[in-house]
Amino acid sequence: MFFDLKDLYQQVIVDHNKHPRNFREIESCSHDADGYNPLCGDQLHVYLKVNEHHLVQDISFKGTGCAISIASASLMTETMTGKTVDEAKVLFESFQQMVTSDITEEQDFSHLGKLAALAGVREFPSRIKCAILCWHTVQAALSGDQDAARTE
Amino acid sequence: MAFNVDTIRKDFPVLNQQVHGYPLVYLDNAATTQKPQCVIDALTHYYEYDNANIHRGVHTLSERATAKYEAARQKIGAYIHASSEKEIIFVRGATEAINLVAQTYGRKNISAGDEILVSMMEHHSNIVPWQMLCEQTGATLKVIPMNEHGELIQDKFVELLNKNTALLAIGHLSNALGTVNPVKEMIEKAHALGVPVLVDGAQATAHMTVDVVDLDVDFYVMSAHKMFGPTGVGALYAKAELLAEMPPWHGGGDMIRTVSFSGSTYSQAPYKFEAGTPNIAGAIAWGAAIDYLNDIGLNYIAAHEHDLLAYATNKARQVAGLKVIGQAKDKASILSFVMSDIHPHDLGTILDRCGVAVRAGHHCAMPVMQYFDIAATTRASFAFYNTTEEIDRLFAALAYAQEMFS
Repeated sequence: MFFDLKDLYQQVIVDHNKHPRNFREIESCSHDADGYNPLCGDQLHVYLKVNEHHLVQDISFKGTGCAISIASASLMTETMTGKTVDEAKVLFESFQQMVTSDITEEQDFSHLGKLAALAGVREFPSRIKCAILCWHTVQAALSGDQDAARTE
Repeated sequence: MAFNVDTIRKDFPVLNQQVHGYPLVYLDNAATTQKPQCVIDALTHYYEYDNANIHRGVHTLSERATAKYEAARQKIGAYIHASSEKEIIFVRGATEAINLVAQTYGRKNISAGDEILVSMMEHHSNIVPWQMLCEQTGATLKVIPMNEHGELIQDKFVELLNKNTALLAIGHLSNALGTVNPVKEMIEKAHALGVPVLVDGAQATAHMTVDVVDLDVDFYVMSAHKMFGPTGVGALYAKAELLAEMPPWHGGGDMIRTVSFSGSTYSQAPYKFEAGTPNIAGAIAWGAAIDYLNDIGLNYIAAHEHDLLAYATNKARQVAGLKVIGQAKDKASILSFVMSDIHPHDLGTILDRCGVAVRAGHHCAMPVMQYFDIAATTRASFAFYNTTEEIDRLFAALAYAQEMFS
């Protein structure tokens, strides 16, 4: 399978980069964390509001980065809203599996919904860390890790 | 010899390849330069015929390796117009050379209350070794600011110089901005107050004539791989009288005169600073790179690169949404820029898929990025083997990226 640039920069990625969803702070968040990629300088802050039933009621982010990292964070917040913390962890594993999977194998990512738009990063090894930074940051927030999440 | 870029390109085998279906356009020369066939041949020839350890064997191969290694030292000394090749210390690169000065000259001569003066546009390798020295000694790091064009503010520099200044460490040519700093004038002002000066020449030596005696610089550092030589070798130039007073850094073989358990005595410069088996092949091949540069002529190289930069800068002005970062009056070989709505990393990926290699990032100069309030830039950096057609390819790829993100 050959990915070209248009597979990486699909319309949905370009759109989410231009108009990121949930790009705001949550003042009464229950969890939050910093994410930082020291090699390229991408910097995200992720906010979550998790209720007593371990449900992600609200999730948002702020920060600066490339189109892949911003679009990935935007799509992540859309997908994670309304999920339980356990479901979010499963989603993270599936996402990680997708972006690091072998490009020579035909695979079905339809269970990831909109997140499947990021499957194109598999062809661009140096950009996988951009797509996954926001997910590591959420993991850090949920586990109460005070140090900035890193992809390196 | 007349300068002919088409002929020159044939000397660089790596340039003759396709990347993602396009002829490679290599515009990342500030990160590392490509190697001409003669440098590659010098490396393989050494390992095929001359490989032996230096300075100790009495056999033929060792004598041959030693002679070639020392000839390379002479070529490097001559290239920067040092008075003697004994003032050239082989190291792994400019970074190691700066660390050597910090940990030998610095540890001996700099103490609490002293000030080390660097500039805002330094590469991390000319910041962090001094920060480490400050932590070790209690000295303070002071920073010469720059203006929005990316030029050091000379009045502020003069204000910052004072009786506590123990060292000035500045770059000759900024890797992030392309600024050529007026090092000769700055050295003169520093020396007027008795302040020694280190100049980081990592970026400069491939692009301009350097004369350490005319500059009267105390320390000058360089990397082979930025001037068409191999990676893993570089040099520290220091005035002979400074080297004589500096304590050794790494201890080991080759840097000693005698060793016993009651104590050791050390060799003289340059060997005092060259413990262990050095990068012999790298040094010899670096010598070949210098021969090659001398054959072409630095004046022709500088003129061609000046034309390339002027051509690229003029094209950049015509691109809507493109802002050049670093617009100093005196610039060389580097076009650093940002584009509205496209992050440098996205640009870097898109350009790569068009066969154009550039650097996207902070260029190991995070304080420069902080000053301009940006996370990163895209940087096209030129060498004498680049052409205006390649610059056209760069701008065509930029237009394609803009279309993709529109």
